[in-house]
Amino acid sequence: MLLIYCPYCKQYRDEEEFSYAGEAHIKRPQNPLAMSDESWGNYLFFRKNPSDVHHEMWSHSSGCRQFFNVTRDMITYEIKETYCISESPKIEKYKK
Amino acid sequence: MEKYSAFKLLKHSFSHHENWKRVWRSVSPKKSYDVVVIGGGGHGLATAYYLAKNHGIKNIAVLEKGFLGGGNTARNTTIIRSNYLWDEAAQLYELSLKLWEGLSRDLNYNVMFSQRGVLNLGHSLQDMRDIERRVNANRLNGIDGHVVFPDDIKKIAPLINISKDVRYPILGASYQPRGGTARHDAVAWGYARAADALGVDILQHTPVTGINCSEGKIKSVQTNHGEIFAKKVACVVAGNSGVLASMAGFKLPIESRPLQALVSEPLKPCLDTVVMSNAVHGYVSQSNKGDLVIGAGVDSYNGYGQRGSFHIIEHTLQAICELFPSFSRVQMNRQWGGVVDTTPDACPIIGLTPIKNLYMNCGWGTGGFKATPGSGYVFADTVANGTPHKLAAPFSIERFYTGALIDEHGAAGVAH
Repeated sequence: MLLIYCPYCKQYRDEEEFSYAGEAHIKRPQNPLAMSDESWGNYLFFRKNPSDVHHEMWSHSSGCRQFFNVTRDMITYEIKETYCISESPKIEKYKK
Repeated sequence: MEKYSAFKLLKHSFSHHENWKRVWRSVSPKKSYDVVVIGGGGHGLATAYYLAKNHGIKNIAVLEKGFLGGGNTARNTTIIRSNYLWDEAAQLYELSLKLWEGLSRDLNYNVMFSQRGVLNLGHSLQDMRDIERRVNANRLNGIDGHVVFPDDIKKIAPLINISKDVRYPILGASYQPRGGTARHDAVAWGYARAADALGVDILQHTPVTGINCSEGKIKSVQTNHGEIFAKKVACVVAGNSGVLASMAGFKLPIESRPLQALVSEPLKPCLDTVVMSNAVHGYVSQSNKGDLVIGAGVDSYNGYGQRGSFHIIEHTLQAICELFPSFSRVQMNRQWGGVVDTTPDACPIIGLTPIKNLYMNCGWGTGGFKATPGSGYVFADTVANGTPHKLAAPFSIERFYTGALIDEHGAAGVAH
């Protein structure tokens, strides 16, 4: 069970109040008409699926309904940080 | 291989069953193989078996990072059915079901395949329309199945609650009598034993740590036993497919998610079919030991932790108690999770990759167990010939670029 910090409500709330919204920082294509089938496929379906640190979007759907980003460990599920969509993550990757 | 039979059982009883032969050999890896199969789960072992049996390739190794069938093969809820909506998926799962029907004889190993029937319940008018559409599509594909109504359901599963005074009353169901369950460990062991008898080397505790390619062609795999050269590599690693793909330098449209299941204390026989419901979100069957085997949907978020969220269990058991009020006092014994490789269209990816002679079979998501024999059969053919098998061709990775997706969320999304 995750306890997620909502950066808008400034509170730790139960996982059940939130919905998962997939990988964060995906950029919309600038010029859709000029794109090949391959780059469309990549944009629509191909996601990062790392086994260490993942940046993902969550929505506080049963709370303030804002979207925000989470950096989470994919093995321990530990939440490293939550931040607003306009911001960049502080934790990029594990230092080995 | 020592053939199992009633006569052998009698013979070994005289020596108190102490002299049975080891089921497969313990081997150390050779320098090179014709085919290296990465992943010693059901699908990987089945691939190795059909490569050896149908295609005459004898120099094969199966590399498993843990122990045989210790991943999702032993973590699933063993449900077998083929009532998928679209032609492509239905034909693949039906091939599988036909292989299941002769599997114990083929492997000379009792996989305890029990055709006890599968009920998919409907709780709303829309559910019933979908069920009728799916049953009709199945029948056009030569797959058994019919629509049943509450009185028939009560006869098939007498403990079920068909009262109209519940929140989600049961309006009907699709019923596939040829569906059922099998013993998951036995499937892995049976394939391993039969593959071993055909000369396949099974290497346990041999994780692959790297994939070496030269000029876009597979060369070797890096393991804890050193480098193993291979003419062809077949990758069947379920939840870890994305990790293997990134070793080889390409991406897959796969997200790994935790899927949970749980079993109860053993009960006297009380449920001799499989009951699933997409709407109240749960499914249940009773194992030969007597435990209720219960499962539901995947967690909403990605993860490799082989465990899931507690609230998923809570919702699952609420659904089961809604369907079977008499189960409300049953105590749960064990709960576990596995990592499933989900694709955007809930269908597998079988076939060639950007690396020459590297083949992928992944993305079975929440429902791979039922497909074990068929998956191994078509994948072995694909690997042996270097071109996709007729039934595997629609499942190539190209479909995510052409848009020819096979949307099986209705038949696969919740009911595994």
